[in-house]
Parts: sequence; C-alpha cells; structure tokens
Amino acid sequence: MSTTARKAGFGSVLWDYLTTVDHKKIAILYLIGGFFFFILGGLEAMLIRIQLIVPDNDFLSAQFYNEVLTMHGTTMIFLAAMPLLFALMNIAVPLQIGARDVAFPFVNSLGFWLFFFGGVMLNVSWFVTGAPDAGWTSYAPLSIFSEGHGVDFYSIGLQIAGFGTLMAGINFIVTIVNMRAPGMTYMRMPLFTWTTLIASVLILFAFPALTVGLFQLTFDRLFGANFFNPELGGNAIIWEHLFWIFGHPEVYILILPAFGVFSEVIPTFAKKRLFGYSSMVFATVLIAFFGFMVWAHHMFTVGLGPIANSIFAVATMAIAVPTGIKIFNWLFTLWGGSIRLTSPMVFALGFIPTFTIGGMTGVMLASAAADYQYHDSYFVVAHFHYVIVGGTVLGIFAGLIYWWPKMFGTLLNEKLNHWFFWLFFIGFHLTFFFQHFLGLMGMPRRYWVFGEGQGLDTFNFISTIGAFLMAVGTIVFVYNMVMTQVKGKKVSGDPWDARTLEWAIPSPPPFYNFKQLPLVRGLDPLWIEKTEGNGKMQPAEPLGDIHMPNNSFVPFVMSLGLFIAGFGVMFQGSYWFLAAIGFGLFFGSMIYRSFKDDLGYHIHKEDLEDEKGDGSNG
Amino acid sequence: MKGWMSKLKAISALIVLSLVLSGCGEPFLSALQPKGEGSEMIFDLMILSIVIMLFVFVVVMVIYTFVIIKYRRKKDDDPNFIPKQTEGNHALETLWTVIPIILLIILAVPTIQYTFALADTSPEVNEEGEEEDSLWINVTGAQYWWHFEYEGLEVSTSQELYIPTDRKVYLSMTSQDVIHSFWVPTIAGKMDVNPTGNTNEMTLLAKEEDVYWGKCAELCGPSHSLMDFKVVAVSPGEFEQWVQDMQGVTGEEVPESATAQEGQQLFADNCMTCHAIGADPNKMGPNLTNFGDRTKLAGVEDYNKKNIVEWIQTKGKDMKPGNLMTSAPYELSDEEASKIAEYLMTLSPSDITTENAEDGVYKDSDLSSLFPEEEEETEEENGENTEEQGNEENTEQTNEENNEEQTDDQ
Repeated sequence: MSTTARKAGFGSVLWDYLTTVDHKKIAILYLIGGFFFFILGGLEAMLIRIQLIVPDNDFLSAQFYNEVLTMHGTTMIFLAAMPLLFALMNIAVPLQIGARDVAFPFVNSLGFWLFFFGGVMLNVSWFVTGAPDAGWTSYAPLSIFSEGHGVDFYSIGLQIAGFGTLMAGINFIVTIVNMRAPGMTYMRMPLFTWTTLIASVLILFAFPALTVGLFQLTFDRLFGANFFNPELGGNAIIWEHLFWIFGHPEVYILILPAFGVFSEVIPTFAKKRLFGYSSMVFATVLIAFFGFMVWAHHMFTVGLGPIANSIFAVATMAIAVPTGIKIFNWLFTLWGGSIRLTSPMVFALGFIPTFTIGGMTGVMLASAAADYQYHDSYFVVAHFHYVIVGGTVLGIFAGLIYWWPKMFGTLLNEKLNHWFFWLFFIGFHLTFFFQHFLGLMGMPRRYWVFGEGQGLDTFNFISTIGAFLMAVGTIVFVYNMVMTQVKGKKVSGDPWDARTLEWAIPSPPPFYNFKQLPLVRGLDPLWIEKTEGNGKMQPAEPLGDIHMPNNSFVPFVMSLGLFIAGFGVMFQGSYWFLAAIGFGLFFGSMIYRSFKDDLGYHIHKEDLEDEKGDGSNG
Repeated sequence: MKGWMSKLKAISALIVLSLVLSGCGEPFLSALQPKGEGSEMIFDLMILSIVIMLFVFVVVMVIYTFVIIKYRRKKDDDPNFIPKQTEGNHALETLWTVIPIILLIILAVPTIQYTFALADTSPEVNEEGEEEDSLWINVTGAQYWWHFEYEGLEVSTSQELYIPTDRKVYLSMTSQDVIHSFWVPTIAGKMDVNPTGNTNEMTLLAKEEDVYWGKCAELCGPSHSLMDFKVVAVSPGEFEQWVQDMQGVTGEEVPESATAQEGQQLFADNCMTCHAIGADPNKMGPNLTNFGDRTKLAGVEDYNKKNIVEWIQTKGKDMKPGNLMTSAPYELSDEEASKIAEYLMTLSPSDITTENAEDGVYKDSDLSSLFPEEEEETEEENGENTEEQGNEENTEQTNEENNEEQTDDQ
C-alpha cells in the first residue's frame, strides 16, 4: 500500500492521472469523464422536458431545441453510458479474472484520452457556430444540409471518441482471452467478464461500420464527396443502413455489460450462485449474434418492402427468447435465496420489472406492421428509455455502488443511495411510462412544440414532473459521492460478503493487484474458498518479481493531437496549420513511441515481502 | 365448458383493454381510435401483442413479488444461513425457452400477414370480380409542407389532402429535400418519403368522414414539429364534385372585389415563381388552388387574414423557423400584403370544403366519372383507337394500359 497511500501534492496527483496506465486509475478517469457528460446530458434532457411542459412553449428556439435533442442523445450514448460502462469494466474485469492489468495498459490509457477529447470536441460546438442539429442518428441528407459546423463536430468528435472505444474493445478481448489466472476457464468466468468480452466483440465488429459512415459524412460535408447527396447521385438510405448496422449492436454493447452487473449483484445479495450459469452465457452470446441481424427494424418505414420487413421483424422477436431466459434465471437465482436489500440489490430489483416492460414494448415494436404506428413516435422514445435507463443506467448505478469500494476503498452511504434509488426510479416511470401513450395518441418524437387541443398536454406535463424527480435523485447521488470521499472512511476488501476474485484483495487493491496470481478452483472462486477453504485465495505461483508498465504521457499528447487536427480539418483555409500541428503531434507521438524502448520496471520480490499483509482479503 | 369460459374471459379482457386504450387521445389524431383500414389492422395487432406481453409481465411480476417477499432476509433470520446453491434446472429452463417461442409465433404470423397486406397496392376488385380504377396521388414532402398531385386528374393541392371515404386511395411518395415521414395516425401507419428517388407506396382507406390530422414523423429541420397536414375524408359523391370543381382552375379567374383583383395582380408579380394555382406542376412552394378553404395557415397557425399578412411580411420566419420562403426575394408594403391575403382568401373553387367532412351528409358514387377522362387521354395518345370509343373491350384494355402506366411511374 505504500505507493498509493503516500500523500502527494495536487500537481503530482494530476500528473499521475494524466500519465497513468493503471486500469484502476483509468477506471476512475472514465468515471469522472462519464459522469461529467452524464450530468451534461441530463441538463440537456431537462431543457427538453421544460420546453415540453406546456403546449406551444417558446422556452427554447426551434433550432436550439434540435441542437439540444441531438446532443442529449449523442452525449448520453457515446459520452456517458459507454464510458461509465468502461469505468466498471476497467475496475472489475482485470480483478475478476485475476490479472495484474489489462493486456495493453498503454492502449487503455489512449482509449480513455481519445474518448475524452472526442467528447470535449463535440461539446466545443456549443460555442462555435452551434451544436449538431440532425439528431443523434444524423440522417442524411438533413445532416448534409445542416448549416454551420455542428454536424462536422459530430462526425469528427465521434470519430475520435470512436477510435478510443474500438481500442478499449480490442484491449478487453485480448485481456480476457489471454490474462485469466490459472484455473479461470471460460466457463468459470464471472458473468460480468463474459458480458464484457461479448460486448467488446460487438464493439470490434460494429464500430467500423460507424467509422466508415462518419468518414463518408465528413467527406460529404467538408470535401464535397456526395456519398449521401441524392441530387448528385448519392444515396441517403445507405447512411441509415451504416448507422444502424453499428447502432443496433451498440444497444447490446450498452445493455450486455449491465446484464453482467446484475448477474454479479443478484447472486451476491441473494447469497446463491447464479441460476443457470451456462444458459446465461449462451443467452448472452445469442443476443450478440442476433444483434447483428436486426438493424433494419429501425427502418421499417423506410420502404424496404414487406419481405425485408418480415424477416427483420421475426429476427427481432427472436431476441426476446434469450432475454427472457435471462430474466427468469435472475428470478430463480432469487428463489430460495437469502435476499439482502442493499442499495446495489435494490437497483437490480428495480431493473427487473422496468426492463421487462422495455422488452415487452421491444417485441411490440418488432411487429413490423404495427411499427408503422409506433415508429418515430414517443412510443419509441419511451421504449428505448425503458431499456437504456431501466437497463443500462440502473446497471451502471448498481455496479458503481457495488464496486465503489474497489475503486476508492470507501462505501457510499446506504441511506442516501436508497433515497437516490426511489427518487430516480419513481421519477423515471413518471417521465417515460406515459410517453408510450403520447406516441400512440399521435405525438411524433423530436417535436419542438406540440399544439394545444391535441390531447397531449396532461401526459407531457406529468413527464416533465418525473424528469425533475430524476434530477433531484441524481443530485442526492452526487452529494453522496462527494461526502463519502470527504469523510473517507475505509472499508475492508470484502464489504459485501461477495463471491468473485476482486473481493479477495484489499480495497482499493495495491497497484499490482495480486501479489501472487490466485488459483481458481471453480465458478465464484472466493465463495468456494469461503465455504470449502480458509476464506483466502490460494496462490498459483510462488512469490516473484512483478513486471509493471511505466506511466506515459504519450496517449494524452496523441489524443490532443487528433483533437487539434480536427479543428484544422473542419475550418480549413488558414486553419490548415492546426491540422499540421495536430497531425504532427499525433504521428510524432507514434514515431516516438515506436522507437523508444519502454520495457517497464519490476517490483522486486523483496519489496513485496515487505508490504503489509499477504495481498489477499485482509 | 371450461375452455369456453376461458375464451370468454380472454375476449372480455380484450374488449376492456381496447376500451381503455381508445379513451386515449383526440379522435382526429390518436392511433388508438382507428377509423381507417390500415389503422384498424394495426390496432388489432397492437391489442394482440399487448395481451401476449401483459401475460408475460404478469407471470414475471408474480414470481418477482413472491421471491422478494418470501426470500427477503428478515431481522431474526440466522445471518450465517447459507441457501442451497442451485446450479439450474433443465425442465424449467426448457419451459421458459419454449413458451416464449410459442408466444412469439402467435404474434409473428399475423405480423407477417399484415405487413404484406399493408404493402399491397394492387387495384381493388369489385363485387363482379372486375378490377376497379385506382385513385393514385403523388405525395411530395418538402421543408415544411406537403404537396399532393392527383394522378391523371389534373388536380394539385397542398397541405390538405381530400380523399373519398370507403375507397382505397393509393399514395406514391417522394421528398424534394430531406427525409420526411407521412403519418395520419387515425387512418393509417406512417411511411417515409425519401429524396433518393426510391418512391414509396402506401394506401389510405378512411371509413368515416372527418378531417384527420397528419404529422411529419422524421426529423427534418427546425420546423419538423410544425409540418402538420390534414386529410379531409369526404363521401365519394362529394369527392367527385370536389375534383370536378378543382379541375377547371387556372388561376386566371377574376375575383369579385377590386382589392382582391389588385391582390391577384400583386400575387402574379411576386409569388407565381414558386406558388401555383391550378394543376401547374410548379411545387417550389405550396400549391394555393383552394387556399381559401384551408383550416390552418401553413398547417399549424390559425387561419385568418391577420396571420396571412404576417406570414407574407415575415416570410414565415418565426411562424415556421427555417422554412425556405425566407429566401424569397419579394418586398411588399403592408397594404400590398393585405391585398394579396384578400385575394388568397377568395380562392375557393369548390363548394366542398372541410365542412362537408363534418356535416354527416353522405353522397355515394363509384367515382367512375373521374376515370373516363383518363381513357380519353390514353386514346389521344393512341389516335387510331378513337373510333372504338364506348366499346367494352376497349375500356378493359385501356384500364390495363393505365395500370401499366402507373406501374412504370413508380
């Protein structure tokens, strides 16, 4: 503990985080970055709801409203939900598989900084010619015709953030395939690790479609390429295909890790092993597999014809089967258990009915003919908030509270967490449940105003009230996080009486994680040692030197380079020098990195022996 | 007996559910109060899927509530109690794999049937087994208004689409700028209008006379939410009259009052580059043939002279932000704008207006008078056939040709 516990000045802490390649610190960076953008996206959501509190409201202008709704969607998906999931993956996955870090710590850091600068770039647009205004889906040709540089910020900002995501995905695949501790076979991996692996595979195959689409969009807008401009022989529908070939797997990239969180939280607090572990794994793989064959259900009204619509309708319905398997497996994990209603568990229990409703409306939407009414109406808005907030966001909060001790060594205040849950949960249902009906009553989505006398007033009003409750809940949670860190009361390595490897080491773990790699004897290895052994993991290797990577400032500089270059490419003319500087930094860093031997360093056996404790749960 | 009882229960549950849902929204806008063939089919499908899904939800919630109440750790429970570590149960897991599959098949079959039925744009067949003439309308979406051209009838209009009730109307749809989506919830689902050149087709069949509200459902710019239109469903006889009244309009009809006449001249000088009156193919801006009968100005604003003048003078800058008229080069004094408004409000070539959709008077017609004209047209093209006019064989042949023509157009 000596290294991490040493008191350090603000400057050196900052430098440490700017250069860190430690997965635990990167997790904290992702948490801070993701939460910042979550608050930002939340403020945008509040603006939307305030605008729609009464009919014919003029709180926001039409143009600004479109910018707000675009940035709300883009921010929440790419800059809040995904990084927060990466925060959880970074803190939990290496520990769960008994690894000392991810496979490529340098790339891990690069992934974070790319995401961060991409996100900053997107939001700079607010101050330069206005934010993107063509919706988070940015359908061409609206996105091509969009004036100002908003959509350029969208395409270049997302491109940069997307590189980061792609790298993080590859990194997790390699980590999970190669770096599992002795005895940790695939079918002994915790479900969160499994879902991270599958989500990473989805990232690997889905993000390139987005990359291609964004490049084409960038070239259309900045270099007159006309891929999507119908007047010059382009085809706008191709963008929709590219976007949704990425976009639908993206939904599963968001939800699968949340499923993983619940599959950790529910067994821990029901004190039972996960019911139907292998069918859970199989269902995850199946969802991911189907996830690539259903993208056109976002396009039922485009006019693909009844044959395509029917095929995609049936494929989409099929996804309900593995998802249903998961729901019932969770229910039967609870069955016969000894349920503790801790705050992560309450989030998990709130998730089950909420997500079931989201899944139900999902099947309704899959019914292609009926989708001609639902499509692009508030019904769809309600549906995807039920799955993304009711699934992913509740999962993120459950996971954040659950793994908070591993990140910070402290425990969030349980009472405040419960307050947060109830405010957020009730607010959520108030906001979104009635939107189902708004959609069916004829309110299309992305409407800046709705007129009086169309029967849409009451439900919109309720919806806005709910949004305020969610906001209050989130404030309670932020307060809780800050106060917990101010008090800084430390907890043990295993405060939840949990089952998996990450709880076998202190909270927060030493920077090398495991002094000796643990020997895994089955699923839920710590639980096995608790019930069949002495409660501590047995080492799989003798104490030896540990090889660690050096910190590096290069990822930050590389990302900064792309960030600067983005502006040059966007504004062109006399700004080309920015592109030269930016790409210079970017490629210069790559060359520097390629020619410099950075072999890392070793922690010597003798120093490890001096460390207090045996590196296990103490 | 028991099976019969449960069937009755299921049906009564269905009825209750549809009653509850149909209480939702306004009758001219809500998809839950269907008054057209398409919306009724979709509503049935909706109810079926809701019933199946509610069944699943109830099962989940019963188990959920039970386990939380029963297996929650109570205060006096032994904290060291270790529950049985169940690995799984093949019978149960098979059960909750198979039952959902069956439920989904129950939903998938009508889904596919209806998906094909709603995409069917073949001509209707009457009682004698003959194919009826199809009324095709070319729909064009634009930022932020809708244009309608009645195929072969020399009638064009914008914003308010007149259709006959109880008769299938065929829409052939494109966009002239970005993607929009044509949605009239009460009588049909929606369909995108694409700018890429791939024309979409759908049908409308309104079962009751009314003025139905239409919306654009695909984000198309700042005034996306202001791109409303109306579908005016009148009885077939009234529709026939409306078409006949609209057909003769050229825009040169002289209005009665002197101010309106001046307005007409000003309109011709300043507005005709973009706006047409009559069946002129110009669709830079909305067609104003029956502007005097509109219920709304620009689809959303109250229809009165003050608003029309304001629109002309501000070019709709604030009434419809981002609309393309703002770049129109004209400059008019308030007085001139007022004259134009006066003229525009006289444009009412037909006695059939939205009031006829709401007055409950039903005039039947088979619309046959609308189609012989097409016949003549075709014959003019194939001059040598003219002498055989009236011949039954010829009529059939012409119909076939017409159909072919329409298919080619698509």
